[in-house]
Amino acid sequence: MVPSDLRYTKDHEWVRVDGDEATVGITEYAAGQLGDIVFVELPEVGREVAQFAAFGVVESVKAVSDLFAPLSGSVAAANDALTGAPELVNGDPYGEGWMLKLTLSTPAEVDELLDATAYDALIAAG
Amino acid sequence: MPYGPHTAGDRERMLATLGIDSVDRLFDDIPEALRAGRLDLPGPEPELELAGRLQALAGRNRTDLASFLGAGVYRHWTPANVDQLLLRGEWYTAYTPYQPEISQGTLQSIYEYESLLAELVDLDVVSASHYDGAAATAEAGLMTCRATRRERVLVSKAIHPHYRQTLAAYFGGGLELEEIPLVADGDAAGTTDLAALERLLGDAGRPVAGVIAGQPNFFGLLEPMAEIGRLAHGAGALFVSVIEPVSLAVLAPPGAYGADIAAGEGQPLGISPQYGGPYLGILASTDALVRQIPGRLVGMTTDVKGRRAYVMTLRAREQDIRRDKAASNICTNQALLALAASIYLATIGPHGLRDVAAQGAARAARLAEALADAGAPRVHPGPYLNEFAVRVPDARGVHRRLLDRGVLAGLVLADIVPDEPSLADALLVCATEVTTDAEIAQFAAALKAELRESAGQVGAVAAGRAADAGPVEAAR
Amino acid sequence: MTVVGDQLQPTLFERSRPGRGGDKIPHPPKDALDRIPADARRVTPPALPELNEPEVVRHYVNLSQLNYAIDTGFYPLGSCTMKFNPKLNEWAARLPGFATLHPLAPDAIAQGTLQLLFELEEWLAEISGMRAVTLQPAAGAQGELTGILMIRAYHRSRGDTERDEVLVPDSSHGTNPATASMAGFRTITVPSAPDGGVDLDKFQAALGPRTAAVMITNPSTLGLFEERIGQLLELVHAAGALAYMDGANLNAILGRFKPGEAGFDVMHFNVHKTFSTPHGGGGPGAGPVGVGERLIPFLPTPRVLRSDDGSYRLETIDERPESIGRLRSFVGNTGVLVRAYAYLRAHGGTGLRQVSDDAVLAANYLRKRVGEAYDIPFDRPCKHEFVASAAGIKKRTGVRTLDIAKRLIDHGYHPPTIYFPLTVEEGMLIEPTETESIETLDAFADALIAIAHECETDPDLVKSAPHDAPVGRLDEATAARQPNLRWRPMAGAEMPCPD
Repeated sequence: MVPSDLRYTKDHEWVRVDGDEATVGITEYAAGQLGDIVFVELPEVGREVAQFAAFGVVESVKAVSDLFAPLSGSVAAANDALTGAPELVNGDPYGEGWMLKLTLSTPAEVDELLDATAYDALIAAG
Repeated sequence: MPYGPHTAGDRERMLATLGIDSVDRLFDDIPEALRAGRLDLPGPEPELELAGRLQALAGRNRTDLASFLGAGVYRHWTPANVDQLLLRGEWYTAYTPYQPEISQGTLQSIYEYESLLAELVDLDVVSASHYDGAAATAEAGLMTCRATRRERVLVSKAIHPHYRQTLAAYFGGGLELEEIPLVADGDAAGTTDLAALERLLGDAGRPVAGVIAGQPNFFGLLEPMAEIGRLAHGAGALFVSVIEPVSLAVLAPPGAYGADIAAGEGQPLGISPQYGGPYLGILASTDALVRQIPGRLVGMTTDVKGRRAYVMTLRAREQDIRRDKAASNICTNQALLALAASIYLATIGPHGLRDVAAQGAARAARLAEALADAGAPRVHPGPYLNEFAVRVPDARGVHRRLLDRGVLAGLVLADIVPDEPSLADALLVCATEVTTDAEIAQFAAALKAELRESAGQVGAVAAGRAADAGPVEAAR
Repeated sequence: MTVVGDQLQPTLFERSRPGRGGDKIPHPPKDALDRIPADARRVTPPALPELNEPEVVRHYVNLSQLNYAIDTGFYPLGSCTMKFNPKLNEWAARLPGFATLHPLAPDAIAQGTLQLLFELEEWLAEISGMRAVTLQPAAGAQGELTGILMIRAYHRSRGDTERDEVLVPDSSHGTNPATASMAGFRTITVPSAPDGGVDLDKFQAALGPRTAAVMITNPSTLGLFEERIGQLLELVHAAGALAYMDGANLNAILGRFKPGEAGFDVMHFNVHKTFSTPHGGGGPGAGPVGVGERLIPFLPTPRVLRSDDGSYRLETIDERPESIGRLRSFVGNTGVLVRAYAYLRAHGGTGLRQVSDDAVLAANYLRKRVGEAYDIPFDRPCKHEFVASAAGIKKRTGVRTLDIAKRLIDHGYHPPTIYFPLTVEEGMLIEPTETESIETLDAFADALIAIAHECETDPDLVKSAPHDAPVGRLDEATAARQPNLRWRPMAGAEMPCPD
């Protein structure tokens, strides 16, 4: 069971919303599918991202995947710790492995995301 | 079929296993209307006859001339062990080390290549090879655009014309390439025009991604690299240095004057001229650009038992994984030539390489003196290492006639830089450690005789030049 | 093999001792560099290793013995055509007349090589059914870029500037989309049909006024001939787009199918695959490109031409103003092309057709044998290679294709290409080539079958393979997270002594 206080995209990003602030990462399932993560490319602070548009890239030894923004907003912070320790995404995907903090422009978009039950069903279906 | 193992019996056994009577059945999926007829080719030829044919073809090339031709490809002494080692099938009949457990030889050799070249260029990241100096320079140009997210690159007109043409083709997908003119006269004639560079960089609406200049430049002259780099960085652009590797034993390396990227032709490191390749594209960068550099990278790591071992790494930049977002489409590279360069460097050593560069400089000084005495002074006054341009009236005609006197008198510059009036009557010549006193004397004497004869028939020169420009000689 | 402590071989740098080596060339005069301005000179000499020649020779001979190669064993690496590399070709390329010829030598003294290149262009045109060939591209990927840049120039020359898309099937080589991006196009990936071929309906839906080109590998990367290729080419041309053929798999169809005659507009050859030039541990290759009538004006410069008097010459740069220019310096990887020339001459037209017949026969025979223990996703005759899958084995035993590949090393074989094409689960792409004997094919099939049994009986043995290789599986994650890409002299290490 994935954390129940988060919302999810079909592309396996999670988001924790707190007012008009949000924290974004990728799910444990996604990290497991990618394998050993070796690099995370994140946008600079201040950049605007649109819901479901690509904002960065995550690389494992033999795969690469785009990262999609769960919600629209501007980048308030990027997790610099991942530059030196990308393995945090494998080890603690919902905690220290976070990727972005966003200042949301359209918080209502959260309604378009999956809740924990729906996301669990998605990954159970493979 | 010369190399196939199958007897008629083998083929029958395979067909029987498949339950078919003819191999044609395996091609039934080709639509009938699209099936090919016969292949109209000569041969087949048994090895004995083929060897004779190849020898005859090779014999039709004239490689016995006293050659002063460089222009990006140089004659050097290659220690005999280089080619003997390259001929081991374990090197040249393997492919890309996708399976590191059974490719440690290739992988360690590439890691060592990266390390050797890193020492030479004084930069930290060296890609495992590109096609040649031109393609490596083009990739360097694209790298500056990716890294800065800008779309305009400035290239010195003193870069090899083939490299500039290659850049132009690689930039054909929508990026902008502009040339920095040469200084026309004075002490700096033939080098990159710094004032023009400053103007081009100052165009605020069109920010520059990268500035590309060469050391030595195409005309053999030494450029003010530190100053070019300072101007580039001042405008937020990256600085690409196009290098010749042997010269780096004695000339300041790119890392020492602030270059972000070094590109160049590795042919002088133990690789024969072969009429154009295969050569070795050198591409190196600072650590900061490691994710932008295209081509394979090999890193040191450990195996499951903790033993030192090597593996291709940062693979996710490459086309087979990242597809349309890859740093480049390069797949097959020039690994065997990188191996040649490594064996060459390991054999010749740091002192040997310095001797090669210094000996070339010494031979070139002697050549310059001899040619000046023969009536062909240098075109540019600035310092050079082992290659320079000389002024020769009716250069094209003289060059052609010197072939009959056993001399390949360098390159007719007007054939390769047709749009530079100051080089209309000039030859680009070089010397290396293999250039002998006898060859220099032969060149000088032949040139003197040629100039004397043409001075005697001044009136005939103009008519002669038109004839010289016939298709065979004007081919470049 | 020299095993020293925890490593197979010390590096060149560790073997270095100041004062060793040298005397390969005469010493220069002491004042040789005095005329070089001080600010242009190198201050610290490069820290290159110092070794004597015997040490260098042992280093590289011992390293070479850690490699697997065609000359040491069966190398069924799908999509790479690892056939025997004839030794005559190595001899020929080293003939001094070929090897020492400078690329800017005037045409008058380069007639032997120019004739060779001219004839090679003609033969490649005949093999491909194309009208003209450039030998300039250094490798297949550079050939692709050449082709796509020509297509771009073609559309622009007609004022057709809206075409900014290139269509590729999902089974294509990664170089195809990477090339399209490099040439400034957007890649549209089209899913394959269930039979592994092109899905005509989906292609038709994706085709349109923005389509510049379609890139097709035929036979496909699944080793299957595109049976609907005729209709596909008609659709492409009806949409005003051009068709590019990735010639990586040409070894299957020599003398059986000529892409130019079938309607392709442009294709590249991989001479290091089809025409036996060595793969060199990663390169060099050569990637000549053939074109139909429409693209001739755009070919890179210079082409090799024959004059009326029978002599050969290089084209001048302004002879074809619409040319896309050049993709590299000089004429091409001529040394590689000499080898290809020798290969073609040795075979002739009948020999080449036999090459493909035998390559296809061997692949089908091996497919049948491997099918005794593995899934064969596409149950129809293959061309020169085929895909097998360990999906069933993985489901039953947890052993992956990667593990089976590593276990093959213990059995003495180079593994096939694995996890490509991406469209087949747990896939392995197996290409035996025509130069392997039936005994080798049988022994390899027996090994794969034996491993399939091991997966059931002793899965851990397979999962922990290889056991008999010079090293075990590598820590690739650390290699990528903390890249160590060059030797750094340890503190206090001996540096080269000053002169």
